[in-house]
Amino acid sequence: MSATGSTPASDHPAVPVEPAGPVVPGITPGVDTVVRLGDFHAFEAAGERFGYMVPSAAVFAFDPCASAVVDALAGGPRSVGDLCAALEARFQPGEVWDTLGELYRIRAINEAKAPAPAPKILPLTVIPLQTLVVNVTNQCNLSCEYCYEFGEDKIVDTENGQQPKFMSEETARQAIDFALRESGRTAMVTFFGGETLMNFPVLQKTVAYARQRANEVGKDIDFSLTTNATLLKPDVIDFLADERIGVTISIDGPQEIQDRFRVFQNGRGSYDIAAPKIKALLARHSSRPIGARVTLTRQTLDVMTIYRHLHDEMGFWEVGFAPVTTAPQRGHAISDAGFDRLLAQFRALALDFLKAALENRHHGFSNVRETLQELHQGHAKAYPCGAGIGLLGVSTDGQVSLCHRFAGSETHRFGSVTGGVDRARQADFLDSHHINHKTDCQACWARPICAGGCYHEAHTRYGSTEGPNLHYCEWIRGWTHTCLEIYGELAVKNPGFLRQFDGADDEASQRH
Amino acid sequence: MKHLNAINRKARRVESVTAAPTVPAEASQTGDVVALQQQGGQPPQQPEGPHIPPGCSIVFSPGWEADRTGGTAGLCQPVERDLFDCHMGCYWPAQVPDQLNHAPDWTAKCAAAQKDWRKIDLVFPG
Repeated sequence: MSATGSTPASDHPAVPVEPAGPVVPGITPGVDTVVRLGDFHAFEAAGERFGYMVPSAAVFAFDPCASAVVDALAGGPRSVGDLCAALEARFQPGEVWDTLGELYRIRAINEAKAPAPAPKILPLTVIPLQTLVVNVTNQCNLSCEYCYEFGEDKIVDTENGQQPKFMSEETARQAIDFALRESGRTAMVTFFGGETLMNFPVLQKTVAYARQRANEVGKDIDFSLTTNATLLKPDVIDFLADERIGVTISIDGPQEIQDRFRVFQNGRGSYDIAAPKIKALLARHSSRPIGARVTLTRQTLDVMTIYRHLHDEMGFWEVGFAPVTTAPQRGHAISDAGFDRLLAQFRALALDFLKAALENRHHGFSNVRETLQELHQGHAKAYPCGAGIGLLGVSTDGQVSLCHRFAGSETHRFGSVTGGVDRARQADFLDSHHINHKTDCQACWARPICAGGCYHEAHTRYGSTEGPNLHYCEWIRGWTHTCLEIYGELAVKNPGFLRQFDGADDEASQRH
Repeated sequence: MKHLNAINRKARRVESVTAAPTVPAEASQTGDVVALQQQGGQPPQQPEGPHIPPGCSIVFSPGWEADRTGGTAGLCQPVERDLFDCHMGCYWPAQVPDQLNHAPDWTAKCAAAQKDWRKIDLVFPG
């Protein structure tokens, strides 16, 4: 049928024929045009209505008229004339028409019979390397039951496999050369393991080499590492502090929680060894904020207690939580009910964050901070993370892989530090893993921020990196909704707080 | 926008990208939508001066392959001058909507095709 009306229908005499305000170029809704709601997620915060647009990831606040139009369309498609007539008593003449034009512009409403607009897919281009994760060893002095590298879900046999257990100084140098070659203005190198500090001598020499090489080629280089803290001797701490190396500590919480899974090979808990060393590190290393990274399991699901201990008592600047990556049948796997509990706990801590943010105080719950930053930028992701794009992993023998979690895996190999990135393989991977190929995600409003979730998680759960992580969809939607509410609340009550997220992308792009 | 407030950075980009023209489309030829006219294999160009629709191709009447130069500039240009000519006289059936059955009001706001063609919208088969 015609998408354009010619004259006002006789039963809607009060409706203006021509739009009084701006409309999308090329679209002039007529009174007979039947419109429906577009793809967006509505939420409320601080007494206002908002829409998180999908797939653009734009966030708009709706005024009462826009809100009324959205409500009026909640029951299904209606004609423009019908909408104007239904709302004319509540709003000024022309106001509804103006609002319809604006909602058209942001695709919050579409013509009912028009096909959904297809998102523009940008062609793949080579993006400079931002972060290289270098696995300096695949060995560890702990035997955490849930470890993806040593446990039942491991991808690479690091005990009996072909790869050396420790990266050689030569391979580490080649990795640095690779990072400087492939990066833009700044190369970010993260040392990882196994337990990173088990190969401290190589790490130490590599940092010195990298600084010298970066200087020679005129680039900046930045270092960070992740450690379980048990090997943080005074000279190591001095080195990390003096070299301004960013440190993330893997720790699960207070003693009873930490010692549940993070144990030495003889089964002894690691808290007693790690805690004093962490305190020494926090006291000495003040040049960079130190973060804690917590793995949550079915048995240790107590977010608030863990946060209070790590942030308030131990003094970590930030605490980030991640549910354990594991096959569903494992004893430590978080069940569906567990994810519900986890969401409730995350919400409680997120509200604590909001309270602090409204008073311009620091709060160390890094999960909410990171999500707010993404929401503020409005990233609409085609891929869940930077793995295979701006982030690559290196195994102990110098193989380059999708990310550190796949380091050494032949099927997820993207080249080598000496031979460079295998661009054909990278392009194949990015093509097959694009969000548009994840059919299940197409009906989900959270896809701009989730894009299907972690490749490694999907591989562990479903045996393939290509599919979305359907087991935590509800959790992702629940968490994103919570963060949107906090974002909306801050946008209304303390917009100044959000300005800290303005420049994050600008800085990142200037580095290249 | 008066009824929507762009909150995040992407929203501000959406707002600027979709900003409505400050002058009515009919009043300005700058940045206006023009018919499918291509020059020298380039993307559709904004014409210099008055835009004269070139009319039907004498080589390929249906008007959707290529003209004698291998381009599309000489093909028939729907919507403008030949709007009414085509749907009344042309044997090619897909030029305009079926105004007898599905879209009787399609051209109701288009008194003079050369001037009012912008008022004619797309039609989606019902």
